[in-house]
Amino acid sequence: MKKIVIFFAVIFISSGIFFQINYILASEKNIILATTTSTQDSGLLDVLIPVFEKKTGYFVKTIAVGSGQAIAMGQKGEADILLVHSPEDEKKFMEGGYGLNRRLVMHNDFIVIGPRADPAKIKGIKSTVIAFERIAQSKSLFISRGDNSGTHAKEKAIWKATGVKYEGEKWYHETGLGMGQTLNVASEKRAYTITDRGTYLSLKKRIDLDVLTEGDAILLNIYHVIEVNQTRFPKVNAAGARVFANFMLSREAQDIIKTFGIDKFGSPLFFPDASKRVEDLGK
Amino acid sequence: MELILEGIKKAFTLLFMLDREVLDITFLSLKVSGIATMISVFIGVSTGATIALNEFPGKRVVVSFVNTGMGVPPVVVGLFVTIFLWRNGPLGFLGILYTPLAIIIAQAIIATPIVMGITIAAMQQLPKKLRLQILALGASRLQMVWMLIKEARMSLLAAVMAGFGGVISEIGASIMVGGNIKGYSRVLTTATVMETSKGNFDVAIALSIILLLLAYSINLILTHIQQKERPR
Repeated sequence: MKKIVIFFAVIFISSGIFFQINYILASEKNIILATTTSTQDSGLLDVLIPVFEKKTGYFVKTIAVGSGQAIAMGQKGEADILLVHSPEDEKKFMEGGYGLNRRLVMHNDFIVIGPRADPAKIKGIKSTVIAFERIAQSKSLFISRGDNSGTHAKEKAIWKATGVKYEGEKWYHETGLGMGQTLNVASEKRAYTITDRGTYLSLKKRIDLDVLTEGDAILLNIYHVIEVNQTRFPKVNAAGARVFANFMLSREAQDIIKTFGIDKFGSPLFFPDASKRVEDLGK
Repeated sequence: MELILEGIKKAFTLLFMLDREVLDITFLSLKVSGIATMISVFIGVSTGATIALNEFPGKRVVVSFVNTGMGVPPVVVGLFVTIFLWRNGPLGFLGILYTPLAIIIAQAIIATPIVMGITIAAMQQLPKKLRLQILALGASRLQMVWMLIKEARMSLLAAVMAGFGGVISEIGASIMVGGNIKGYSRVLTTATVMETSKGNFDVAIALSIILLLLAYSINLILTHIQQKERPR
């Protein structure tokens, strides 16, 4: 009995310091960043955030969820800043007065990937809408994120454009997981799916699926930062959010984004777009 | 198969190279789950003993609630703790969501019913006359309870192991209330999920092996204590 007491006492004492740190950090030096899984799974934030923290002394709490959930967190004032890629939802968010200063950070593109055998015969088709139609017609297995993420929103928009019924169909599966795990599922099931290029490239070594449709204008994947509106949620760390947003658009961060992934994948995963206009992208 | 071997190799490389990040994650897991278990032992054993040693109306209902609590999914606890700790939630003023402290709270809530349930069963299993005997020897009520706890220590250690095992391996609550923040609230289970979704299966396997080793060594220590002090 004594030994257990000692055992726990040691843990308890050693954690004393740890709690102090905890409380110091629970101050205005904290920024809660709600973002998509793709920025984390690709490893980009692991590079950017340490640079930011070292430079400014802020501590960034990255909560990597789907864009839908990230925006929902912003709508409740539970995040200070959003880095998301779901333009339609973002516009609604801005119209609702939840956010300030929605600014373009970077883009990459979505790609449709699938098994090499390509049962739906979509390889090389320029129009994503037609490719999706063929997947539906051939009833080839399609794996959806199903989690209201930016990728899921894009996927639904494309399905809507095709006009085919897909929800509840036998060939249409929803994982409800992040991009990385969804790719794993699609690869195991030899199914079609839509993904951002960044996550695909960073997982490529494990994923046995080929890029089948790419380069369509509809497949543009655009990331914005949005500061959560402090007048609406007084507890939001507006100052920190502003500093972070400015950092993301700074030359330093943009240069990191520009070169990120080249050494590992041979091509960049994201393209920096500070002070560009959405209309000019992909041209 | 090759992947598993690769993972095992990776686990030992990470351990023996004393990889800073992996060590930090491992220590954080140990700390968070250790403290959570300790809190749950404190609350669970005291409350459990009180429930077991007293007769009161509705006792069965209370015990059945505790027993149900033993099986509450961590993700449910995670959800409710998150809602309470939100900035604009009832306990938002504390500002502790997405901290290791939040994970401790959630894990303590998960482990408490486990410890309490086993404590109740253990105390009720003691011979009824033992209490009278201890009291007859002139012990105060508090001393009597302490004697009974000592008498039931084998089962109580099992309660500690069950509680610790429940929280160290738990993921649903940790990821929700902790946020899996790098170098801050990332624990072994949440790191494993993240590495899996990043496609780094070797690292994920390595983290799982470390988790298993950790759980095993803690249980080895506790089992050692339990078996050594075998009564009579």
